[in-house]
Amino acid sequence: MSTHHIKVTLNGAAHEAEVEARTLLVHFIRETLGMTGTHIGCDTTSCGACTVMLNGKTVKSCTVFAVQADGGEVMTVEGLAQNGNLHPIQEGFMEKHGLQCGFCTPGMMLSSLALLKQNPNPTEEEIRWALSGNLCRCTGYVNIVKAVQYAAEKMRG
Amino acid sequence: MIPPAFDYAVPKTLNEAVALLGQNPEAKILAGGHSLIPMMKFRLASPALLVDLNRLDGLAYLREEGGWLKIGAMTREADLDRSDLIHKKYPLLADTAKMIADPVVRNMATVGGNLAHADPANDHPATMLAYGAQVVATGSKGERVIPIDQFFKGPFETALARDEILTEIRIPAPKARSGGAYMKVERKVGDFATAAVAAQVTLGANGNCESVGIGLTNVGLTPIMAAKAEEALRGKKPDDANIRAAAQLAADAAQPSGDQRGSEEYKRSLVKTLAVRALRKAVERAKGG
Repeated sequence: MSTHHIKVTLNGAAHEAEVEARTLLVHFIRETLGMTGTHIGCDTTSCGACTVMLNGKTVKSCTVFAVQADGGEVMTVEGLAQNGNLHPIQEGFMEKHGLQCGFCTPGMMLSSLALLKQNPNPTEEEIRWALSGNLCRCTGYVNIVKAVQYAAEKMRG
Repeated sequence: MIPPAFDYAVPKTLNEAVALLGQNPEAKILAGGHSLIPMMKFRLASPALLVDLNRLDGLAYLREEGGWLKIGAMTREADLDRSDLIHKKYPLLADTAKMIADPVVRNMATVGGNLAHADPANDHPATMLAYGAQVVATGSKGERVIPIDQFFKGPFETALARDEILTEIRIPAPKARSGGAYMKVERKVGDFATAAVAAQVTLGANGNCESVGIGLTNVGLTPIMAAKAEEALRGKKPDDANIRAAAQLAADAAQPSGDQRGSEEYKRSLVKTLAVRALRKAVERAKGG
């Protein structure tokens, strides 16, 4: 059983830690670094609640080892707001009632961000397709789509 | 769920990776990890050592060379979906890549891993059978090329030796008047196929089928090449009657078992329907549609 000294930048702040090889990225974020905005849902790569950005791409952090993020940059839901101002995606979820229980929301917002970075003006179908790896059991997705459309419009300026 | 403890190594070269596999009988390759890590959580796999290929340069690429499309084994599914070359010239592969798991998983999942894992429910195996692809295995004695129809030996079992790594996939560059399609029915995004059919067709100048490849996903212990269906359509006009006859032979070649995704009878019928649709679409694309 090997342990590894890793350096990870989380939402712009540098961190170093000793981790077991088997430590999952989501546990590293939540337990070692104490950032609990990232949720653990199914724990089996299905639900997307644990979605974070690793080096600019969304990953399900329950299925990546922390040691794989060594030297990398991780962004979680806590990295969305800047200087106390909500990110347009957060604002969209609030304005359009894109959440009910909120459990899926952190992952849902990171996947939304990945989409809007690639495609600033997505169709409804493209939004649904891009979020198809993130499950929501409350909203029926209608308001999530509206939230992403709101954010897209705001981000286009 | 936390996987059982293991050692973790990051080789700096492919030779080092091969040596690590040779020295450690219980070692496994970590590629995208999106089949392996869940299996480790469930204790279906307990490798003593993971050899991580993610930091090796030169294993992720897409290039046409010498009549082949060469795909580096660590190429991510998302990279296939983002490639204009793949969408334009390899529609069967583009169809397949976007049906694998979900968009977040596809950022990590690799083409090589999808094949080397040899889960009969995986999507690339049927597609590569339809293309008549080859894989390159790199081991302590160098490289060898394995035709895809000799690669799958059983469920989760391949022709790779313990110290060999699948490093490249080669798809024959399609001739003019070629087209392909992948048709999959899944209960929901991210689920394995209830059944899926890959078809690749090249039409001759007279409009008849010059070559036909048909692969079946998740209807047997290994991916299935529907050889009799291919044979039946070869040299024939791809009209509705001939496509239906070939699709029936594809359904006959399926060996599904009933499970929560459907009964044996349902899955066999699904293969026929999907084969008709995949062949029609492949022919339409071959004609430039």
